[in-house]
This record gives sequence, structure tokens and C-alpha cells, in this order.
Amino acid sequence: MTATAHETTAAPGPDPVDRSQLGLAAGLAALGGYTVYDATTLEVGFADPVGPRVFPFVVGGVLLVLAVLLAVATLRGSRPEAEDGEDIDLDTPADWVTVGKLVGVLVLTIATIDVLGWAISGALLFAGAAWALGSTTLVRDVLVGVVMSVGSWYAFYVGLGIPLSPGLLDGIL
Amino acid sequence: MDNLSLLWGGLESAVTPENLLWAALGVLLGTFVGVLPGIGPAMAVALLLPVTYGLEPTQAFIMFAGIYYGGMYGGSTTSILLNTPGESSSVMTAIEGNKMAKAGRAAQALATAAIGSFIAGTVGTLGVVFFAPALADVAVRIGAPSYLAITIMALVLVTAVLGTSRLRGFIALFLGLTIGLVGLDLNTGQPRLSFGTTQLADRLDIVVVAVGIFALGEALWVAAHLRRTPMQITPVGQPFMGKDDWRRSVGPWLRGTALGFPFGAVPAGGAETPTFLSYLAEKKLSKHPEEFGRGAIEGVAGPEAANNASAAGTFVPLLALGLPVTATATIMLAALQGYGIQPGPQLMTEQPDLVWTLLASLLIGNTLLLVLNLPLAPLWARLLRVPRPYLYSGILFFASLGAYTVNLDAFDLFLLLVFGLLGLAMRRFGLPVLPLVLGVILGPILESKAREALAISGGSASGLVDEPLAVAVYTVVALLLLVPFVVARLRPARPRTDGGATPETGKRTDDGELVER
Repeated sequence: MTATAHETTAAPGPDPVDRSQLGLAAGLAALGGYTVYDATTLEVGFADPVGPRVFPFVVGGVLLVLAVLLAVATLRGSRPEAEDGEDIDLDTPADWVTVGKLVGVLVLTIATIDVLGWAISGALLFAGAAWALGSTTLVRDVLVGVVMSVGSWYAFYVGLGIPLSPGLLDGIL
Repeated sequence: MDNLSLLWGGLESAVTPENLLWAALGVLLGTFVGVLPGIGPAMAVALLLPVTYGLEPTQAFIMFAGIYYGGMYGGSTTSILLNTPGESSSVMTAIEGNKMAKAGRAAQALATAAIGSFIAGTVGTLGVVFFAPALADVAVRIGAPSYLAITIMALVLVTAVLGTSRLRGFIALFLGLTIGLVGLDLNTGQPRLSFGTTQLADRLDIVVVAVGIFALGEALWVAAHLRRTPMQITPVGQPFMGKDDWRRSVGPWLRGTALGFPFGAVPAGGAETPTFLSYLAEKKLSKHPEEFGRGAIEGVAGPEAANNASAAGTFVPLLALGLPVTATATIMLAALQGYGIQPGPQLMTEQPDLVWTLLASLLIGNTLLLVLNLPLAPLWARLLRVPRPYLYSGILFFASLGAYTVNLDAFDLFLLLVFGLLGLAMRRFGLPVLPLVLGVILGPILESKAREALAISGGSASGLVDEPLAVAVYTVVALLLLVPFVVARLRPARPRTDGGATPETGKRTDDGELVER
């Protein structure tokens, strides 16, 4: 495959090679390799002429090939077209600190939801995310979060009959 | 006329006061979410899917139809009032629509979009009523090898023809196929790629994957590049059209509908091509070609109709073959599966009531959309001013809520985060989202059909090609893959080959190179 013929040619920049894209290629190779390895641990039945292994072998194998192609394309200067959008400004450098904060807030939600319940965890999630995205009105954010999480808890419980985890507030809600 | 009486039966069972209420709620929710910047129809449908969990199938369909059309209309409102389109199929609407809005004709742009969407949606749904049963009649008779070939063709078309980079398209597709492998093998019951966990062996829920990739991935990506200077929003009054606007819109509406429906109905998916063709056609046919690029109403009416007709057309392969060809259709398929309904050739004969109710619901949703949204447009326009920290916190909140309601298990939130990070990486590395989502949902179908075909032939590879239709489809696939290379060989002097040359390709490269860091 000469898929590289369809890449956007390198942009005039200080470094023509997008190094982190090599990381993506490595990740794809690892995933493909693991998929193939995982397939070797499966047992093939008698009545099944194809068995559960063939499809993962093909998928994993192609991923490995694609990883190599991507690495070659990257070294030749192929750069990705990052996705544009309404609220996206690609002219500024990426703000990974904000992304890190958001991921942190989500991890906190995952860790606390079973104990605190949706009403509290959801409110913390909203307020935390607003804080991460640069909101400075903490009290208002928490209030909005509480209204949304308690509101959605009741909407799902009363309206749809789905009991979200009540957690600490069991018996109060 | 048999189909029409069946549709009438569907309408009778769908039109009750309670159901109309669900439809209205769906339209309002769908438009509300669709108008919000950064949320396309696919994301709107994925985010709102959990809301329909507690409902009966009929009510859920009706609400869903409302959400579907509402989300689409909301998206076009955004692209008219803000200059940046939420997705590739609204690129054309954004060009002329925003120019009209800047010239103080936002009300007319919104009106022609709304009425054009209504006409295209209605005609398109009637098209589904006639074509889907006919296609299903044919499809019942084709065997596993041909079905496999058609599925492969749909995947190759979406991956290699629609995108800007084939390599990245195939990477996304195979990532999706890998995700589709996770869980118990359906034939032998052995867990694959499950890392010894029961939750993964249970197979991934497509809602968690879709919400992670579409909603959380988008929110994280926006967070990394949040625009700090607010965009200009054009204020808008009540949508209306003058006599002249009507005269100039009718032709484009009908031509756009005629262009859009076939493109949606063949498994080559996507509304990009018909919207682009409709734009070009209107520019050619217009008595005012000089207005194009400065806010010509034909340039909004035609592409919007094409977009909606194509969206209706996607129901033909979805219902008759079980093949989704757009991101939104993929989520619709997941929603139907959630109710134990497996779209495909048998659906029409086994559960005709459900199909006709669904089609009737689409007509109802479409009508309510027009009735509710013309008066509400000024209200929707105000949504564009939602402070961005709240908007994206809200997306995070509802994405988590949606993923959590699937099984009420914190593990799903963890999966949501994993797929959110994957979605972020895909946006950073320019990997298209659609092939991945299609791979996740079609991968298992692909595998089971391949194994079915090979089991019949006793493992011999000839089992894959022993139907003439399968051979014909593979030939088409091979041509699709090879022709661009041959063309590139014959014209080596060109400095940049832009395979596929979709309108988006041209548009994006015109916008200048997107350099990061």
C-alpha cells in the first residue's frame, strides 16, 4: 500500500516530523501485537472450521502493518489534520493542563460514585469541570451542579424508574 | 399502495396524545442539545439515548425520531448563526447561511432551512417506505457470502473514499474492529481481549463507546484548544420568508431532496457529497449566481434539503440490511439493538408493526419539528451564548450520567474515560471517528457472517466467493481501492494528490495548514 500518496504534505515548520505520531504508531503496534498474542491463548473447537482465532489474527496483523506504514509516513513528514470545530482555536498551543485537570475530576468521580452516590459525585463532577475550564464562580458552580445532579437523580428515578446510586444520601433522597 | 396502508396503520398506532407528547419532548431535547456548539447530531443522539431507556419501544422510537431530526436541525441552526459548521455535511449551509445572517437575513436562512428540512425529511421518509421493503425482499434471499461482501464494501467505502487520508481511515477502522473483538466469542464462549474481567467479557456497550468517543473525546479536545475570544453570534428574530424567498427556495428544496436521498440509501453513506453537489447545481441554475458566496438563499435551501433527505435515506440500508452508514445511524442501530430488535432483512417480515411505527414516528417528528422550531428559533439562538465552562462541564456531566445508567456500574465510567482519551487522541492525530464506530458495531457481524459462510463450505476459502453477487461486490471493492492509485500513477506530476476530493478536503486545505504547537 502506498497510502502515503494521500497524506497532506509536510507543513513548513521547524520540525517536519511529528514525533508524538511515532508514539501513536508504537501504541498501534503494541495493541496489534497483544491482539495476536491474546488470540493464541484461545482454544479452537472441533465443529468450527474457522474458530475464534482467525479474526483476531487478521485484525491484529493488519494493525501491525498499519503501525509500520504510519511510522514510515511520519518519518517522511506526514502530519495529521487536527480536527477543527466551533469552539476550537488551533492557532494556540494545546492546553494539556486543562485536559489533565478534567481527567483528574473524572477519576475522582469514578472513585467516589459508589460511596457518595450520583447526587453528590455528579455535582462535584460539574463544579470540578467548570473550575478546570476556567470558571471563577465556585459557589454558583456548585449550586448549579447540585441542582443538575439531584434533578437528574429524581428524573431517572421517578420518570424512568431507574434508581441511580443514592450513596451517602440513601434514605434522604 | 400496500405500503401506504401499512404506514397508515403505523400512524394510527403512533398518534395518541401521550405519544405526541413524547415526540414533542424528543424534538425539544434534540434541538436543545443539537444547537449547543460542538455537539453534532450523532453526539446528541448518543447523549440522549439513556433518556429513552425506561420507555416502551413504541414511545422510545417516537421520542427517538424527534431527537434525531431535532439534533439535525439544531446543527444547521448553529452553522447559520455561527460561521463554523459542526460537521462536514453542514459546511455548505454554513457558507451561504452565515453570509445571509451577517446581511441581516438570518430569519430567512433559518426558515428556508427548516422548511427545506421538513420537505426533504417527509419525501425521504416516504422513499424509505417504498424502497426499504423492496430491498429487504431481495436481501432475504442473499446468503452469508454476499452479505459479508456488502458489509465489507460499506466499510471500505466509508473508510477509503470519504476521508481525507486512507491510512488514517484504515487505522481508525481497525481500532474499531479491535474494540469490537472485546468480549465472549459468540461461537465458542471464550473471552477475547478481556484481561480476565467479567465486565469486559460481557462485551462493551456501544453507548459507552459512542459517548466516550463522540462526547467526552470532543469535550477534552475542545478543552485543549478552547477559543478564548468569543465568536460573533448574529441575533435573530422570528423566522419568516417573503414571496421572493419562497419562489427561490422551492426548486432547490426539491432538487436537494432528489440528490440527497439516493446518496443516503446506497451504502456509500455520508451527506457531504450530495450537499456539495446540490450547492454546485444551485449555483449553476441560479438566476443570481453573483449572490453565491455573499448569502444566496438557494445555497442554504438546496444543501439543507440534501442533508436531510440523505439522513432519511440512510434508513433504507439500516432497516433492510442492518447496515448503518453514518455515525448517527450507527447509534440508531445500537438503540434498536437495545430493544432486542436486530435490523436486517428479516425485520420487515418478523416485526412489521415496529418498522411501520418507526417510519410513522419519523414523519411525526419531522412535522413537530417544523411546528415547534419556527417559533422557538430566537430562544435557541440564545443557547449559543451559554458560557463555555458550563457548556463543556454539562457535556461531561451528561456523558457520565449516560454511561453510568447503562449498568449502574462505576466500571462503565472508567471505560468512558478510556474511550474519551482515545477520542481525544483521534482528534489530535486526525483519525476519522466514523470508521472506528462502524468497525465496533459491524466487526462482530462481519465475523459471524464470515464464519457462517466458511462453516457451510467446510472451511474452504471458496465459501466466501461461491455466490455471483459476492464476486461482483468484491470486484467493485477492488476497483474502488485500485482506481485512485492508477489515476495517481498516470498523473505523477501533480504536487498534491487529494484522493476522494470531497468538498471538505478542498475546504480544509484552503483554510491553510493546521499546524500545532
